Amino acid sequence: MSNSAEAGGSPARSLRDRFPLAALIIERCLLSLVLLFAVSVLIFAGVEALPGDFATTYLGQSATPQAIANITAELGLDRPVTTRYFDWLGGVLQGDFGTSWASRNSVSEQVGNRLGNSLFLAGFAAIIAVPLAIGLGMLSVHFRDRMPDKIINVISLAAISLPEFFIGYLLILYFAVNFGIATFPATVYQGMGFFERIQTIALPTATLVLVVLAHMMRMTRAAILSVMSSAYMETAELKGLSSWRAIVKHAAPNALAPIINVVALNLAYLVVGVVVVEVVFVYPGMGQYMVDAVTVRDMPVVQACGLIFAAVYILLNMLADILAIIANPRLRHPR
Amino acid sequence: MSRGLRKKGSYVGGNRTISHDRQHETPLSMEEETGRRGVDDKNRNLHRIRGTREMNDFTRYLAGRVIAGGMNRREFMGRAMAAGVTLSSAGTLFAKSAAAQTPQKGGNLKLGLEGGAATDSIDPAKATSQVMFAAVRTWGDTLVETHPETRAPIPSLAESWAPSPDAKTWTFKIRKGVTFHDGKEMTVDDVVATLKRHSDEKTESGAAGMLKSITGIENKGGDLVVTLDAGNADLPAIFTDYHLVIQPNGGVDNPTAGIGTGPYKVKSFEPGVRMTFEKNENDWRTDRGYVQTVEMITMNDATARVAALASGQVQFINRVDPKTVALLTRAPTVQLLTTSGGGHYVFIMHCDKAPFDNIDVRMALKYAINREEMVERILGGYGKVGNDFPINDTYALFPEGIEQRAYDPDKAAFHYKKSGHSGPILLRTSEVAFPGAVDASVLFQQSAKKAGIEIELKREPGDGYWSNVWNVQPFSASYWGSRATQDQFYSGAYLSTADWNDTRFKNETFDKLLISARGELDEAKRREMYREMAMLVRDEGGTILPMFNDFVNAGTKKLMGYVSDIGNDMSNGYVASRVWFSA
Repeated sequence: MSNSAEAGGSPARSLRDRFPLAALIIERCLLSLVLLFAVSVLIFAGVEALPGDFATTYLGQSATPQAIANITAELGLDRPVTTRYFDWLGGVLQGDFGTSWASRNSVSEQVGNRLGNSLFLAGFAAIIAVPLAIGLGMLSVHFRDRMPDKIINVISLAAISLPEFFIGYLLILYFAVNFGIATFPATVYQGMGFFERIQTIALPTATLVLVVLAHMMRMTRAAILSVMSSAYMETAELKGLSSWRAIVKHAAPNALAPIINVVALNLAYLVVGVVVVEVVFVYPGMGQYMVDAVTVRDMPVVQACGLIFAAVYILLNMLADILAIIANPRLRHPR
Repeated sequence: MSRGLRKKGSYVGGNRTISHDRQHETPLSMEEETGRRGVDDKNRNLHRIRGTREMNDFTRYLAGRVIAGGMNRREFMGRAMAAGVTLSSAGTLFAKSAAAQTPQKGGNLKLGLEGGAATDSIDPAKATSQVMFAAVRTWGDTLVETHPETRAPIPSLAESWAPSPDAKTWTFKIRKGVTFHDGKEMTVDDVVATLKRHSDEKTESGAAGMLKSITGIENKGGDLVVTLDAGNADLPAIFTDYHLVIQPNGGVDNPTAGIGTGPYKVKSFEPGVRMTFEKNENDWRTDRGYVQTVEMITMNDATARVAALASGQVQFINRVDPKTVALLTRAPTVQLLTTSGGGHYVFIMHCDKAPFDNIDVRMALKYAINREEMVERILGGYGKVGNDFPINDTYALFPEGIEQRAYDPDKAAFHYKKSGHSGPILLRTSEVAFPGAVDASVLFQQSAKKAGIEIELKREPGDGYWSNVWNVQPFSASYWGSRATQDQFYSGAYLSTADWNDTRFKNETFDKLLISARGELDEAKRREMYREMAMLVRDEGGTILPMFNDFVNAGTKKLMGYVSDIGNDMSNGYVASRVWFSA
């Protein structure tokens, strides 16, 4: 590196050295913005490439050339693609996601409701699934290769091997139809009480927990097992720590990074990847909302949903990286 | 092209509850509005009475007669006792049959419906999905309704109407004393504004196509006067379209207010999720709106709908998969409500492209398809065989008595030989063409093979099928929903100049007949013209029409009063305002 660069860059570099984490977060945030921008271009181009435009698709069989022309003119769909894109982008930069072409309601408001529902379901499933998965993972390390370990593994693997809609149907069949103890459909709506809401989403939550459990549990088990063979674990054992205590106090913290990563991945899935579960349980979440919008090429809604999904993924991945760094001092002070 | 969305469009179809004895139904006169729901109550009550174990067939028949109104108490008791029923049980039976006639008020009705989306709009001009169709029918009224059995126009917000002799000018008397949900009285000006909003040059309405021949809409001395550019005897039928519900000032100020004159007021609306209604206490009619609240839940998953019905969380669902109907009927609390409709599945040939420009090739293929087998295997028996023209008995003025074309390998072989064509014929098909289209194409291939005709199948991707294959390639699988009138169907798909003339059927005689039938006010003459047109399409057209599909709905056994309305699916959309719960 040249001297001049060193002289000019030294305060910045020292800042970076002093606050490596903050620098990383800022860097990641800027990168995320670029990524989101790229995503919006991709979505726009993708929807443009689909056969049929909004007016013809929305009116369907009852379309007349006159009505199509009127809708097209009203929404300004006859303008060139780039003009329309930058128009939309300009609105978004001012925090205005526009109105849905189909229902003529504010996108932000509708997305707000749907996103709230999605986060509620995902959050609830996560609160149950994450501790359960990690606990079961540690338990199966504790009893490794013995009966409890095998039972945990077989059950969770069975659950992940079945398609999620099938698990959903099984739960509906037994708990809603045959025993009649659970609520179905899991349709939540505005003005529903908190506890009523929780009761309503019991079945979809159970389905999601079963679906994501195995992945996190297996990863926890593998990560801890790999730590278990290291020298300090032997020391812990030799100094007389109980095996459970050694796992919880010494092995698990050192295995955190991969666990955090897989947890983040599953959380992202819980928010953006559960269209099928939403459909099966008639749950008004984001996934179904976006699919409906794509069907009629309702661009403002598709864009808003796409950006939110991308943001959730980026955010959770960033969070995972940051937490992994915090959990591991070696990464915190890179040489 | 947007046929992919056709599922969401309006199906118009017939409606016949299975296992109903039609003999107990009395024909209704136009003025007898109250009788409309009465008909089916009678049927429903028959069901209930049939459930009573103590009855033998004859007593059941007698009970049925009571419900049908054909017998008084003494008559019933006398005959029932002669048949060996004890005095007290005969008395109970009579009371039960008679009480069952009166619809019970109250209860909360929940419907699980397929065909809603987050993109649904409450603006009736933009109502395209199944859910919005039923919703609009629940909160709004049209000028004219259709008779549930004959599909003839009957009064609703319009009390009566009369055409000029050339059917170009129509005068409608508008009902007085009807109030909107917001308390304002409905006026002729509201009606005029509504029709204008759906037909003016700025319209975005789904009904615009039907209204394009309208040249004037006026309030003349308190009557609605509509003028057309050419005679059209079907104008009242057009005004039954669900888009055309009357809104205050036509809905110009606020199209999505959801304010109408219907039996229920809109309480909340979340597109693609749920819509709730409460009873309109000032309803201008007393023969509808029995339940206290209505909740329509969008359920696009077939299994979810069935589960919700079986567990009693909803009392009515639409679109039961024919494949699982048999399983559903095993549930003790569920009844099936099927609807035979005018929607149909077709294989379409372009009459102007080789080899289909040869009428013998077309005829050979029409004889080479096994219609009965298709209804049985593709529709699970829930449908009717087609006769190669797109009209069936769910349409008014259906030309009866046209010979049914049947599978005949010999005739097929004869015509095929006569055509001189050889080599395989390419048929394009796809899962999206209609449910079971690929299977149906294979069945077609097999039945044609027996006649010595080789059909080669090409399975096309679903995405883009409606823009790249249908109406583009010379031979493909497809489907059609139904229309309000024969005129509308033929004008949309069989007129030489129609945009969706997907068989390239160009026949001058047919076109002339279509135009003159439209302006013909004499029903007998009109029916005769429709017969000629049907024969032309059947014998010369490019449509192979093996089947009309039923609409299969289901409800709980407590649900009463479902009317067998041949107008459209879900009791012509009026399901929520017509049904009631038995105690």
